[in-house]
Amino acid sequence: MISRRDFLQVGMAASALVGASGFGNWARLAAQQALTQDQLLEFQTYGNVSLIHITDIHAQMKPIYFREPSVNIGVGGNKGAVPHITGADFRKAYGIEENSPSHYALSAGDFSSLAQGYGRVGGLDRVATVINAIRADRPDALLLDGGDTWHGSYTCYQTQGQDMVNVMNALKPDAMTFHWEFTLGSDRVNEIVENLPFAALGQNIFDSEWDEPAELFPPYTFFERGGAKIAVIGQAFPYMPIANPGWMFPEYSFGIRDEHMQKMVDEVKAKGADCVVVLSHNGFDVDKKMATVVKGIDVILSGHTHDALPEPVVSGSTIVVPSGSNGKFVSRIDLDVRDGRMMGYRHKLIPIFSDVITPDAEVSKLIDVQRAPYEAEMAEVIGKTDSLLYRRGNFNGSWDDLICDALISERDAEIAMSPGVRWGPSLIPGQDITREDIWNVTSMTYGEAYRSEMTGEFIKVILEDVADNIFNPDPYYQQGGDMVRTGGLGYRIDINKPQGERISNMTLLKTGELIDPAKSYVVAGWASVNEGTEGPQIWDVVENHIRKQGTVTVQENNSVDVVGV
Amino acid sequence: MQLTRRDLLVMGSVGMGLTALGVSPAMASLTDDEIAKITEGAEVGTGDLVVTAPEIAENGNTVPIEVSAPGAAMVVIFADGNPTPAVATVNFGPLNPTRAASTRIRLAKTQNVVALAQMEDGSFQKAMANVKVTIGGCGG
Repeated sequence: MISRRDFLQVGMAASALVGASGFGNWARLAAQQALTQDQLLEFQTYGNVSLIHITDIHAQMKPIYFREPSVNIGVGGNKGAVPHITGADFRKAYGIEENSPSHYALSAGDFSSLAQGYGRVGGLDRVATVINAIRADRPDALLLDGGDTWHGSYTCYQTQGQDMVNVMNALKPDAMTFHWEFTLGSDRVNEIVENLPFAALGQNIFDSEWDEPAELFPPYTFFERGGAKIAVIGQAFPYMPIANPGWMFPEYSFGIRDEHMQKMVDEVKAKGADCVVVLSHNGFDVDKKMATVVKGIDVILSGHTHDALPEPVVSGSTIVVPSGSNGKFVSRIDLDVRDGRMMGYRHKLIPIFSDVITPDAEVSKLIDVQRAPYEAEMAEVIGKTDSLLYRRGNFNGSWDDLICDALISERDAEIAMSPGVRWGPSLIPGQDITREDIWNVTSMTYGEAYRSEMTGEFIKVILEDVADNIFNPDPYYQQGGDMVRTGGLGYRIDINKPQGERISNMTLLKTGELIDPAKSYVVAGWASVNEGTEGPQIWDVVENHIRKQGTVTVQENNSVDVVGV
Repeated sequence: MQLTRRDLLVMGSVGMGLTALGVSPAMASLTDDEIAKITEGAEVGTGDLVVTAPEIAENGNTVPIEVSAPGAAMVVIFADGNPTPAVATVNFGPLNPTRAASTRIRLAKTQNVVALAQMEDGSFQKAMANVKVTIGGCGG
């Protein structure tokens, strides 16, 4: 195994240009930049191959605000490693100046005021401009979509993903892999994929009945670029039938399947691949581990956990490139591929500042066409917020606090549970809350808000189970979501304990009493993975609650006591 | 147990005995007891024996597992957290080109799938894979 420094030096030996993404350099350069489109796009074209990576768009076609997490704890070997440092620590690690564009784009802290200054981020018409600029430099650059594309908005739900398919097709991706797409149901996924004008990849998408690779999703595809043969292997989200409702796509099985990944890497190399790229929806820590288990991968384009890092992380002899979420970033990676191997790379994480990058007129128009039939319903103002509403964070986010409040009051419950998903844009204080905003943080094909009785013991089982999906020290057992959010319930969590011993001091906040394992409590929640869940849709529950509030204020949430960080 | 085409192929080629091996209540783990009975105290090592199983089961009622045991004459598979750990005994004949078998098993909770192989020279190897059985939900 070669160290990160060695890796850069290996690259340096091949070309003096490599090494430009040494730790911290990127951020200092970025901080010195005034914010212009030319500078955001500035890139010294390098080598003979360009990759463009975008991932986890969650159907956000229009510019949005998106606050990065302030709490993102790493465990085991990833304790204190990126992306598990946040806020001021993150800025310090990368040498990012306070209040700079990079501060705003990459980290939490003073978000509301910086958002006023720097404005919205993302928008697929802006993304189109960036892609076009890269293609102007390198016409045959590969555009690779890491998935979670056909999920997450009002129009995406209403059109069963067609809006995103239409807009993404206009960007002309070369390959894609998957996660939330499957929650459209396997019939719909099959229907879309059969007609996709690019490769739908997943070496770990298997037929569940035969436990054989699914025919519709090839494991890899080859591209001839700059005189080199580039293999792109797809890796879909490994835990789809566990983290999402498996009954919606019973024909498919997933899993990490790293032994099969090794087989595929060996196979593409035997077929003459000069460079092996994995387009992954594993999540960052899983990708980092996979890079040390599977030999021969040059680049992992990493999605799922929504991390955005200004430079690749080297794991083993693989560079791992995470590219954020919600259309907020595009990564450009230039590679020098010669003599059957990758000799060096040059990378830039391009933040999509919506007010700085000119929208591509054609894609703008196409987005408007998708939205037009729904524009009136989406634009309806339901209320207003006094507080910053955001989702990301290991234990809570103010959007989820609001959703839990809505569940408790609208469903007459003692305790509320909201899933620890990582998608959903932010709203800044003073903004109107429109119906579209509510759908952006709730839209899904299994949004029914259940109301049921659970014993204290069972509630603890749930918390322990979900906690182990985040804090198991082995990344292969982490599913990449955050902790289930609770309303009306406080608890203490020791993240270093094994499953079954992490959660203690469960308290019913209403009375201050400890939760009685034998007693039943009325619990309201949503996004159950169980078939046949009944209840009103969560977006209606939240809308009714906000309408009654008029202006929403979310208090600071101190109900989770975290120890062992 | 649900049998698939692949399972039937395995059964056809190697003959898999799905016999419960008899459970004796004991102080140590039931699986260790079973292994001790088979090895009669002989040393158990490691080697090329590999158990492949998902890290997290998609459905605890039917978990696909695979055992690869080059040079083995017999492989016994255990699920060490099930009330009855013994799952299957697979005997390989000299004409079996590959010493591997796959099947699906039911796992009551998070546990190890353990394989004990008796090699053609009579020595023993052991390997295992931890499979987590979870209630699911909350995918980012």
